Amino acid sequence: MTRTLRDAAAIAGIGQTEFSKSSGRSELQLACEAVKSALDDAGLSPRDVDGMTTFTLDTTDEIEVARAVGIGDLRFFSRTPHGGGAAIGVMHQAAMAVATGSAEVVVVYRALNGRSGQRYSQGVASDVVTSDLIHWSWYLPYGLLTPASWVAMFTQRYLHETGTTSEDLARVAISTRRHAVNNPNAFFHGRPLTMDEHQSSRMIVAPLHLYDCCQETDGGCACIVTTPERARDLRRGGVLIRAVAQAAGAEQEVMTSFYRPSLTRVPEMEVVAKQVYAMSGLGPRDLDAAVIYDAFTPIVLWQLEAFGLCKWGEAKDFVRDGGLDLGGRLPANTHGGQLSEAYIHGMNGVNEGVRLVRGTSLNQPARNDHVLVTAGVGVPTSAMILGKM
Amino acid sequence: MSNSEELERALARYVGAEIGPPAVGPDLVNAPMVRHWCEILGDANPVYTDPDVAARSVHGGLVAPPTMLQVWTMAGVALAGGGGPAADLQQELHALLSEHGYTSVVATNCEQVYDRYLRPDDRVTATTVIEAISPEKTTGLGTGRFIDTRTTYRDAKGERVAWMTFRVLKFKPAQPAQAASPAAAPAKPRRLRPLRSHDNDWWWQGVARGDLLIQRCAECGTLRHPPRPMCGACQSLRWDSVAASGRGVVYSHVVMHHPPIPGYGFPLAVALVELEEGTRIVSNVVGCAPDAVRIGMPVQLEMQDVDEELRLPLFRPVSGAAEEAR
Repeated sequence: MTRTLRDAAAIAGIGQTEFSKSSGRSELQLACEAVKSALDDAGLSPRDVDGMTTFTLDTTDEIEVARAVGIGDLRFFSRTPHGGGAAIGVMHQAAMAVATGSAEVVVVYRALNGRSGQRYSQGVASDVVTSDLIHWSWYLPYGLLTPASWVAMFTQRYLHETGTTSEDLARVAISTRRHAVNNPNAFFHGRPLTMDEHQSSRMIVAPLHLYDCCQETDGGCACIVTTPERARDLRRGGVLIRAVAQAAGAEQEVMTSFYRPSLTRVPEMEVVAKQVYAMSGLGPRDLDAAVIYDAFTPIVLWQLEAFGLCKWGEAKDFVRDGGLDLGGRLPANTHGGQLSEAYIHGMNGVNEGVRLVRGTSLNQPARNDHVLVTAGVGVPTSAMILGKM
Repeated sequence: MSNSEELERALARYVGAEIGPPAVGPDLVNAPMVRHWCEILGDANPVYTDPDVAARSVHGGLVAPPTMLQVWTMAGVALAGGGGPAADLQQELHALLSEHGYTSVVATNCEQVYDRYLRPDDRVTATTVIEAISPEKTTGLGTGRFIDTRTTYRDAKGERVAWMTFRVLKFKPAQPAQAASPAAAPAKPRRLRPLRSHDNDWWWQGVARGDLLIQRCAECGTLRHPPRPMCGACQSLRWDSVAASGRGVVYSHVVMHHPPIPGYGFPLAVALVELEEGTRIVSNVVGCAPDAVRIGMPVQLEMQDVDEELRLPLFRPVSGAAEEAR
């Protein structure tokens, strides 16, 4: 019998810094603070940690964090590539590590000065000399340089083929904002968004308005992954990782998979969905709540379709029916998401997923047996389903 | 008498001369200027800025950083502005050399020796002598002459507080044409260049010749863009290319508004064009308002030299298409 990662790992602690536009400290310090806070939440000491994992995009080496926090010998460390697609990829790495005995307590972290430091919205510059500059060279000379512009290219075609409107995109933003209003950690705490405000906000890259785009944030998040057995004995118990998976699709590019037959599906996310459902034995109907990666509003719609929560082209109806709201079909991004809480590359979403299962979200839905958490769209990506021990 | 002999003679007259009357510092040595200088240079020594610490130090009170020496008498904006008539012999000498083709200047050496710390309320005066002008020398920057000056700084009582030697090279730039070349001109921001590699260089060479090429598998004939070394359909490494007809339709498009990126001209229409051969390519749509671009709009290839070095395959709506789309 094939062994899978089903119920093979649990999240025993979560931690984060405050979220701001100017942290006034190094990304290393943010990472240390987030890791320490996650360890405290779990009731573990730095010396209990024997594994670490983060994004390739993180500027802080795991051994830097380990030294600073006082973590001792490490038996496992790894990095996951492709920006926000790594958000659950790191959880996959951690789960594999504890499931195989490569490590027992793995720290997952991500910290960035996303507003006061390097801003992703500013796009690819010619000084980013990497191996994938050849890839970007098909877009650099024409000015298609920013994350918003790449997503906008898919969005235009999606609106055209499905009859989805800018107002439907706004409904995604308004829903997450409604949740952020109750969240003191959120940038948009206490500030609801109206349809008019969304529609009159300036164009970033048509058809995407300002409020279709997530924020840029300084902050750090971390969580502790361990075996379910170990988690059971810890202070907060554990939130079980029912299933976790990664995928890249055929004809995949990073953010610019423009040459596939269809521009209005997310094949890699469909592969992820298939895996997490098969692994957990669950289906779309079993999901009670979700943290759906929301770097931009349209990608939430595409994921609803990829995860089978509605048919292709019908995500607009899902959001028109209030499907993402508390009391809706799938309360989603109850922390405010990256659109309205903070952009920590999906890792603040992991923490919210844990809170949802614990029952401690500031916008707690009534049912919380199974919570979907997803990662970046348009890149090789990942997702997990969380559940109770 | 040759032109160069004439110049030598003219230059000789400057050697040993004081460049003009003493330069009197417009401000007394003072705490605010010291504080600004220390902040900018990141010098945290409290004897410059903290009266209490300074009082307890060997100095017995606030002192100015010695390396701030030139600040007290240097002409600021007036010096940077230039253009006007020569204010002193040094400027006159530089103008003379410029007339003889030594148009550029670079500072090469500076030495300062301090007799004592300057303190708040010191009035600093500087006298500068042109000590030497070298014969013509050829350096990496170009051919020119080194000019040595020596400046003596005195306080209100006329006592020397410091002196400085300063050497500049006044030279003819090695490549006079360089100033006009795009690389040297800080002037106009340009579009980012595509990086060339083994796998895409042939494609850009096609563009340079005026061809929009599509890579074709030499085994199974599958067309592919962007280029890559192996055919995904049959794994053949053999490939050739065909020239696209240049006809296509807009498959999707965006209008770039924010953040503005220098060198492109925003708002900017970027389209994913489906060529009639079946492959797609990202490019710009020109020849119509950015917001007039529509999915399905027929477009035609237009090779454009967007600057002196970069030719790009761009697309223009076929006549009437933009109006129809409206």
